[in-house]
Amino acid sequence: MSRIDSVFQNLKDRNEVALVAFLTAGDPDLESTLKLATEICSRGADILEIGIPFSDPLAEGVTIQKASERSLANGTTLEDILELTRKLGECVETPIVLMGYANPFFSFGEERFARFAGDVGVSGVIVPDLPPEEGKNFYNRCEASDIDPILLVSPTTSPERLKYLSAKTRGFLYYVSLTGVTGERAVLPSGLKNLVARVRSQSLYPVCVGFGISTAKQASEVSAFADGVIVGSAFVDRVARSGNVEEAVRSVGSFASELKKSLVQRTI
Amino acid sequence: MMKSEADDHGHFGEFGGRYVPETLIAALEELDKCYRSVKKSSEFWNELDDLLGSYAGRPTPLYFAENLSDLVGGPKIYLKREDLAHTGAHKINNVLGQSLLAKFMKKERIIAETGAGQHGVAIATACALFGIPCEVYMGAEDVARQALNVFRMELLGAKVHSVTSGSKTLKDAINEAMRDWVTNVRTTYYCIGSVMGPAPYPTMVRDFQRVIGLECMDQILRLEGRLPDCLLACVGGGSNAIGLFHPFIEHENVRMIGVEPGGEGIESGLHGATLAAGAPGIFHGQKTFVLSDSYGQISPAHSVSAGLDYPGVGPEHAFLKENGRAQYEMASNDEALEAFLVLSKTEGIIPALESAHAIAYLLKEGEAFDRDDIVVVNLSGRGDKDVAQVREILDNSSGRSNI
Repeated sequence: MSRIDSVFQNLKDRNEVALVAFLTAGDPDLESTLKLATEICSRGADILEIGIPFSDPLAEGVTIQKASERSLANGTTLEDILELTRKLGECVETPIVLMGYANPFFSFGEERFARFAGDVGVSGVIVPDLPPEEGKNFYNRCEASDIDPILLVSPTTSPERLKYLSAKTRGFLYYVSLTGVTGERAVLPSGLKNLVARVRSQSLYPVCVGFGISTAKQASEVSAFADGVIVGSAFVDRVARSGNVEEAVRSVGSFASELKKSLVQRTI
Repeated sequence: MMKSEADDHGHFGEFGGRYVPETLIAALEELDKCYRSVKKSSEFWNELDDLLGSYAGRPTPLYFAENLSDLVGGPKIYLKREDLAHTGAHKINNVLGQSLLAKFMKKERIIAETGAGQHGVAIATACALFGIPCEVYMGAEDVARQALNVFRMELLGAKVHSVTSGSKTLKDAINEAMRDWVTNVRTTYYCIGSVMGPAPYPTMVRDFQRVIGLECMDQILRLEGRLPDCLLACVGGGSNAIGLFHPFIEHENVRMIGVEPGGEGIESGLHGATLAAGAPGIFHGQKTFVLSDSYGQISPAHSVSAGLDYPGVGPEHAFLKENGRAQYEMASNDEALEAFLVLSKTEGIIPALESAHAIAYLLKEGEAFDRDDIVVVNLSGRGDKDVAQVREILDNSSGRSNI
């Protein structure tokens, strides 16, 4: 059982839904990311997703694009982020998932990454532009280092492919709530509940829903039919809008706590 | 016999493939299926051939450039005159094929990226012809540099989006077009302008550009009674080069040389020589050679010609480089400018700065060929679009007296 599996097992025992929180590493700088992440974890995040900045993040909306640009302007590298993960692991128990685009991993070396990431305690990876067909080697090496390759499913995924992806994913299945890029949306996509139900009925792993969820109210709605709720841009935006690190830490902390409280308890 | 074909999953050896977000997988599968089906349809090819003939002006001439041959003092040089095709470049071959396919797939809208604006103008043209709404993504820097092409696209009825993310150039325009496609995937056709991107684009765009090589083969056999010794073409994404090369790949005595933009020189970091100076990587949905820093962040490319200004290259070129079937060389900004001036003066043909890179290679290396060798250069586009820029460069350097 992986660390992510244990988290979901514990949540299930308590009839709770997972809060997966996202931050871009190195925005505004790595030291701040460590403070922000620690706060988010202590205020209710069950899994922490750390974004690796990339020059051409084609699945991201403006909020995360800008955060990536700021982080890259500071010179953040994958090596730095692995070091950040190690430090973070000393402060929190929360499983850490790295989210990034394929080329920085490829450039670092697939085998080398799996070894280093395993050593510093990375629990999972999400690589939006690396479908399992192309990522066999990378994902196998990650698994061998006890890192869960978390795959994505979208509203356009066919039923046959859904079977394939739910067999290949580990930890959880990431359901992309809409056709589009990341970023806050005023309303949830229509029919989301039924789509998630379809995915959950097929999946051996918990299904977490992300993209466009930015308020406690939306998180609450989604938590009624998902195993986990992923919130990204809304955290990143709070960091961007804060005047200094202390303010950002307070802001993301209270938001994490507000989100976690909004998630419905399942009735048995 | 040597072949260059992708496997069923769009891999040319280790290159190519489909490195895209999950939302696009279904769209690419649909595209792949539809393309495989129309590929076998004679109705589709007849309709496309009709358009290429009556609308785009094909076949384009294969012209013996006697003056240039004399000047170079090497081989007999032929120019494949893609500059004479409608909209002034080979780009029209691809957009007519893809927009016909989009019509067949009943897509309501077409989006595209453009660098300097040549592909944008071509797709806006095809969309005007077919009556399909068209939106073109163009980096904000390119919008400023190529204001006239923006106006051309608007005249043709297209909407141009100025892209302000990232480096504000072609690669960012592609990112933004992909983001649009992810959002509107069910109704929208994404018309990629070169032999790049996720499968099936590299194969499909190549198939639409193969007409260049097929015509050239017929023409040279009629004119010379034999195949050429060497083919030359500039390489940015690589569609004009692969279009010329592909029908000749199995004829192993025909050398193929792609000329990349050397910019201000490899050492300067200001270049677009992806195959010469890049390394394998994953970018824009494909595995191919890319220009990136040591952390895998994509580096901006640079070239005096905006059409070659791309930090990736079509995966089939990466494959042909690795297996040695094609050779890739460079021409610098200055060499391309000189070739631009030389061809204008000696042949009365103003080439696109992109195509001038291929001519530049001959000016440098032409003497190494035998006198009875036959070389075909793909003159992929005309230079009208570049005259203002060239004038400015000459004015800012040692003056126009240099011409």
